[in-house]
Amino acid sequence: MSVTRLGAGSRLPLLLLGATAALAVSIAVAITIGPADIGVGDVWSAVAARLGIGHSDLSAIRDGIVWNLRLPRTVLAAVCGAGLAVCGTIMQSLLRNPLADPFVLGVSSGASTGAVLVVVLGAGGGVLSLSAGAFAGAAVSFACVLVLSHVLGGTTDRVVLSGVAVMQLFSALTSFVVLTSADAETTRGVLFWLLGSLSNAGWAEVVTCLAVLAATLLVCAGYARSLDAFAFGEDAAATLGIAVARTRLVLLCATALLTAVLVSSVGAIGFVGLVLPHAARTVTGPNHTRLLPATALAGAVFLVWVDTLARTVLDPQEVPVGVVTALIGVPAFVLVLYRARGAR
Amino acid sequence: MTCRGLSADRVSRTLGGRLVLDGVSLTPERGATVGLLGPNGSGKSTLLRLLAGLLEPTSGIVTLDGRSLGDLGRRVLARRVAVVEQQTDTQLPLTVLDAVRLGRIPHRGALQPVSAEDHAAVRAALDHTGLADKADRRWQTLSGGERQRVQIARALAQRPRELLLDEPTNHLDIQHQFDLLNLLADLPLTTVVALHDLNLAAMYCDQLVIMDRGRVVAAGRPPEVLTEELIARVYGVHAVVTREPGGYPHVRFVRSGVRERECGVS
Repeated sequence: MSVTRLGAGSRLPLLLLGATAALAVSIAVAITIGPADIGVGDVWSAVAARLGIGHSDLSAIRDGIVWNLRLPRTVLAAVCGAGLAVCGTIMQSLLRNPLADPFVLGVSSGASTGAVLVVVLGAGGGVLSLSAGAFAGAAVSFACVLVLSHVLGGTTDRVVLSGVAVMQLFSALTSFVVLTSADAETTRGVLFWLLGSLSNAGWAEVVTCLAVLAATLLVCAGYARSLDAFAFGEDAAATLGIAVARTRLVLLCATALLTAVLVSSVGAIGFVGLVLPHAARTVTGPNHTRLLPATALAGAVFLVWVDTLARTVLDPQEVPVGVVTALIGVPAFVLVLYRARGAR
Repeated sequence: MTCRGLSADRVSRTLGGRLVLDGVSLTPERGATVGLLGPNGSGKSTLLRLLAGLLEPTSGIVTLDGRSLGDLGRRVLARRVAVVEQQTDTQLPLTVLDAVRLGRIPHRGALQPVSAEDHAAVRAALDHTGLADKADRRWQTLSGGERQRVQIARALAQRPRELLLDEPTNHLDIQHQFDLLNLLADLPLTTVVALHDLNLAAMYCDQLVIMDRGRVVAAGRPPEVLTEELIARVYGVHAVVTREPGGYPHVRFVRSGVRERECGVS
């Protein structure tokens, strides 16, 4: 049986161009959708005016809705989708585990604990924001995973097991703090954040996440071929000339940093980092030079539309985006695996 | 003292507090096929891992062209020495072509595009292993023999001068064992291969190294090494060794407790 793949060889630039165009169109359309009744043309001219092209007749409030609410939120959705999908791809390849996702290193549960300590217990004396607490928690849990996996022997399965152990520990801590100390209102707020939500998106979050995403993508571009070498395991990678320990440490730290920054801004949006890499792989094949940009674009488009759905489907109430990714992601995951079944 | 090629000089290695390799020296002749024989746990795999630079010796030294492997750097080593592991698998939806292309990784920089030489090396490796018409097949659809051939093709795509293989004929039926060893014996490379089957080793190897409990107990050409006395001492089984028309020895095992007369050819 022969395998036909899009993106093999010369079709790759075309595929990436198409995906980039799809992303641009997705963002352009998504910002015209929302509870405030603003015409499509008005939305675009408001954005154009802000970018210095022409002028907009929109009132200041409506202009603010477009420029300070819808646009940063949609762009942040794209950035988070791209980042989570790329982190998931790297984790799956590096740890040789199809179930790995960006949260396998315990980063998200550490972030939850940090956020809860700040919000519920007032840790940091009011100086620390929820995001800062979450980032500190993520850093602590990732450090625990690194130390633990090193002590346990440093093999790939030890990294995964350490991640699972640390994740359980911090989840238990979070639950303990919430159950013993939080009132109903705070609990609801924390829970909403834990499930992942883009409702607090502003340009500051966009800039931070985008900068870290860009830096991580640059690092990954340099390691794309090294990641290919891990297909048959770490020994095989070593005999192909890869400095296995260094590659693993650099990539684990880069993905943990990006995941921590994303989680501190928007909470733990699940399933994007697990499902999108598998879906993209069926289109581009396992070669990371092709797979990484394709996954990034697919994740960006996916999360833009999922967030649009999350904020409109139960209007005026908002559904946490993490709930929608799981509701859409699970059937999509099953479909992808079902279609791949024939090739095994 | 500079010796050409790969060489282990009095290497020892402890693993988990146990001495698994005890002062082993090995310098394969250039272009020769060297068979590593010995019971399970005799240190064959550990020796191969030391030669591949995957493990460092506790004492002693492994050199390539007189330079210690530790000083060479992984990539330089990967352009000279290719390794085929005992059993490999992947979860990724790799095709045969994808897997063989991995062999070009040590020859390309991180952002360097695929060169004409890369294409030529991959094409030649596929042709050499008879996989040219299977290039688009998925790894998961391949048989055990085909998977071994893919790994050998990947190793050849590295364009090495030394090739190390750990029991490549394991789990293959007899025809595929012959196919694989024919392929290896015809390669113009210095090959070190761990094997279990004494007769196949005698037929295809230029030199044999017999290991037992971490030490080399015999080394040399197959007729000199494979004797009834040695087989009894190392493997603890009774065997009759005869000489085949091709000049290589043939080992016939004798069931314990059965007198030899009764096992003779009737």
